[in-house]
Amino acid sequence: MMGSIFNVQQVINGLQTGSIYALIALGYTMVYGIVRLINFAHGDFFMIGAYASYGSFFLFNSLLGAKGGTLAFIVLIFSVLAGGAVAAVTNRFAYRPLRYKPKLSSLITAIGVSMFIEYFFSAFPPIGPSYKAFPEILPKMQIAIGSATISNYTLIDIGVAAVLMIGLTVLVKWTPLGKAMRAVSQDKDAAKLMGIDVERVISWTFIIGGAFAGVAGLLNGMTYPRIFPYMGIQPGLKAFIAAVLGGIGNIPGAVIGAYIMGLAETFASAYNSLLGEGIAFAILILVLLVRPRGILGEKTADKI
Amino acid sequence: MKQFLSIMLLAVVLLAVSCGQSKELILGGVGPVTGEAATFGDSTKKGFLLAVEEWNAKGGVLGKTIKTSFADDKGDPAEGATVYTKLIQQDKVVAIIGTVMSKVTLAGAPIAQAAKIPMISPTSTNEKVTLVGDYIFRACFIDPFQGTVGAKFAFEDLKAKKAAAIFDLGNDYTKGLSESFKKAFEALGGTVVAFEGHPSGATDFKAQLTKILEGKPEVLYISDYYNDVALIAKQARELGYKGPLLGGDGWDSPDLVKLGGEAVENGFFTNHYAPDATTPEVLTFVKNYKAKNNATPDALAALAYDATYLMLTAIKNAKSTDGAKIRDALAAIDLVCVSGRVKFDANRNPIKSAAIIEIKGGKQVYRTTVNP
Repeated sequence: MMGSIFNVQQVINGLQTGSIYALIALGYTMVYGIVRLINFAHGDFFMIGAYASYGSFFLFNSLLGAKGGTLAFIVLIFSVLAGGAVAAVTNRFAYRPLRYKPKLSSLITAIGVSMFIEYFFSAFPPIGPSYKAFPEILPKMQIAIGSATISNYTLIDIGVAAVLMIGLTVLVKWTPLGKAMRAVSQDKDAAKLMGIDVERVISWTFIIGGAFAGVAGLLNGMTYPRIFPYMGIQPGLKAFIAAVLGGIGNIPGAVIGAYIMGLAETFASAYNSLLGEGIAFAILILVLLVRPRGILGEKTADKI
Repeated sequence: MKQFLSIMLLAVVLLAVSCGQSKELILGGVGPVTGEAATFGDSTKKGFLLAVEEWNAKGGVLGKTIKTSFADDKGDPAEGATVYTKLIQQDKVVAIIGTVMSKVTLAGAPIAQAAKIPMISPTSTNEKVTLVGDYIFRACFIDPFQGTVGAKFAFEDLKAKKAAAIFDLGNDYTKGLSESFKKAFEALGGTVVAFEGHPSGATDFKAQLTKILEGKPEVLYISDYYNDVALIAKQARELGYKGPLLGGDGWDSPDLVKLGGEAVENGFFTNHYAPDATTPEVLTFVKNYKAKNNATPDALAALAYDATYLMLTAIKNAKSTDGAKIRDALAAIDLVCVSGRVKFDANRNPIKSAAIIEIKGGKQVYRTTVNP
C-alpha cells in the first residue's frame, strides 16, 4: 500500500504537475512583487498562450509546411507574443486607470477581466466552448528509469521552469530594468522622483509575466493535450496558492512552492483522490495560519 | 372608427393565436449543446430534429404540425432545471425529449413529473432517473446493464482475470457504471485489483493510474466521458500499460479518436447501436441523417431519434395531447426502433440488447451484440 504512494513514479508525476504550476506561479509572483496586485486574469493569459500555440501550429504546419524543431520554435514565439500582448493590453486598459485607487478596485477588476476573457473566448466562434485536441508538436518519448517511466515532455517542463526561474532572477538582480523593477516595488513615488518611468517598468513586468504564462500554456497543452476556454481557472488557482506558499513576490519561492504543491497533490491523490483535490486549499489555510509570509517571503504589513 | 379598427385588430390577433393553437403542437428537446459533453448535445439535437422533420413530412401528428423548442442545458444540473421550467411554463410543450447526462436529467425530471409532462430521456443511463415518477421514461438501457455487459465481455471475450476501474467521483453515471462492472466481474470469478476515483475536471490522472497499474490489471475499465477517456488512455499508455481499455457509451464521440489518437486503440465500449448494422430502421436513419448533416450518426443521435419516434407514436396512439393519456400510451408501446425493438418494463426502462464497439485504426467498428 505505502509502496504505491511513495515511489519513484509518483515523484516524477508530482514533479510534472509542479513544473506547470511553477511556470504560472512565476508570472503571478512577479506581478505581485512589483505592483502588489494579485492578477487573477493570469490563468487566462495561460489559456490564451495555449490557444495561440494551437492556432499557430495549424497555420504554420498545414499552410506553410513547417515541421519539427522549427515549428516548435515558431509556436513558442507565438505563445510568448500572445501572452505578453494580452498582459500588456490588460494592464493598459484595466489596471493602469486604477493604479492610485484603493487596492480592492484593482483586485475586483482582475476578477472581472478574468471572467471577461473566459466568456468572450467561449462565445467567440473560432474558439468556442468545446474541448480541442492539442497537436503533438514534438514526438513523445518515454525514458525508463528502473520500474518508472518519464516522458521527454516532463523533462522539457522541468527544464523550462528552471531556465525561466534562473533567467528571471538574473533579470531582476543584475539588469537596469531589474533594478528599476526593484525600485518601483519598494516605493513607486520615490522611484518616480529618481527619474524612473514607473508605468514603463510596470508594463514590462506584465509583458514578461504574460509571456511566461503563454509558455506555460504551450507546455500544458503539450503535456495534457486538451484545451478549452476555462482551462486556466484550476491551474491558475493552484499556482496562486503555490506562490503564496513560497512567499508571494519571491521568485525562487514560487518555484519551490509549486513543486511542493505538485508533490503534495500527487501523493495525496495516490492515497485518496478526494484528498488530492483538497490538499491545495488545506495547504493555503495552513500557510496563512502558521506563516502568512510564505516560505521565502519578506515580512510586510498587509496582503490582499 | 378608431375603436372599431382596434377591435378588429384584436379579433384578428385572437383568431391567429387560436388557429395557431389548434394547428400545431410544441415538442420540447433538451441537450448539452455546449460544455463538457458538447458533441452529445449536438448529436441529440440533430437526431431529434430529423425525427420531427420526418413526421412533419408525413403530415405531423393528430393532424397538427410539430413545432420544436430545443434548449441547451450546458451539462449543468442548475441550468437543466432552469430550461425544463422554461420549456414547460413559457413554451407550453406537450412533451419533452431530454436530456443527455444523468445528473442533469435528475435535476429536470422532477419538474416534468410535477407538471405531468411526459418525458423520455434518450441517453441518461443512471437507474434513478425513471424512479423520479411515472411520467419519466428513457430510450436507453441502464448503468447496471452496461457494467454487467462490459464485465461479461471482459471476462469471456477478452479472457481477462484481473481488472481495474477508474471513474469520475463527481459523476453518478461513471460511478454507477464502474460499480456495476466491479460487481459483475467479481461475480463471474475475476478479481478487481484497483478501483480508483478521480476528481471532476482533472487533467492529470497519473497518481491514480500509477497506483492502478501496480496491481497489473489485464483490462482497464474507464467509465468516463470521451474527453476524459482520451486523457486517461494517453497517460495510461505513457505509464507503460499496453492491455485493452473498456468503457461505456460515454465513449461514443467522434472526438474520442481525435483527442486520444493511438492511445485509445485496443479500446472497446458497450453501446446502444452500431451504425454499420443492417436492419431497415438503421439503414433509413443513417441515410437520412447523412443527407441532412453530412456525418455518420452516433448512438446519441440514434437514441434521440428513437425517443422522438416513441413520443410521437405515443401521442398518435393516445389521440390526444393530454399528458396523462400520452403517458399511458407510452407505457403500452411496442415499437421497432433504430436501436432495436422497444417495450417498457414496470420502471419505464426499455428492454433491449447492447452492441460492443471496438476502436480499430481510428474508427469505430461493430464487434458483437450482447443480450441481457
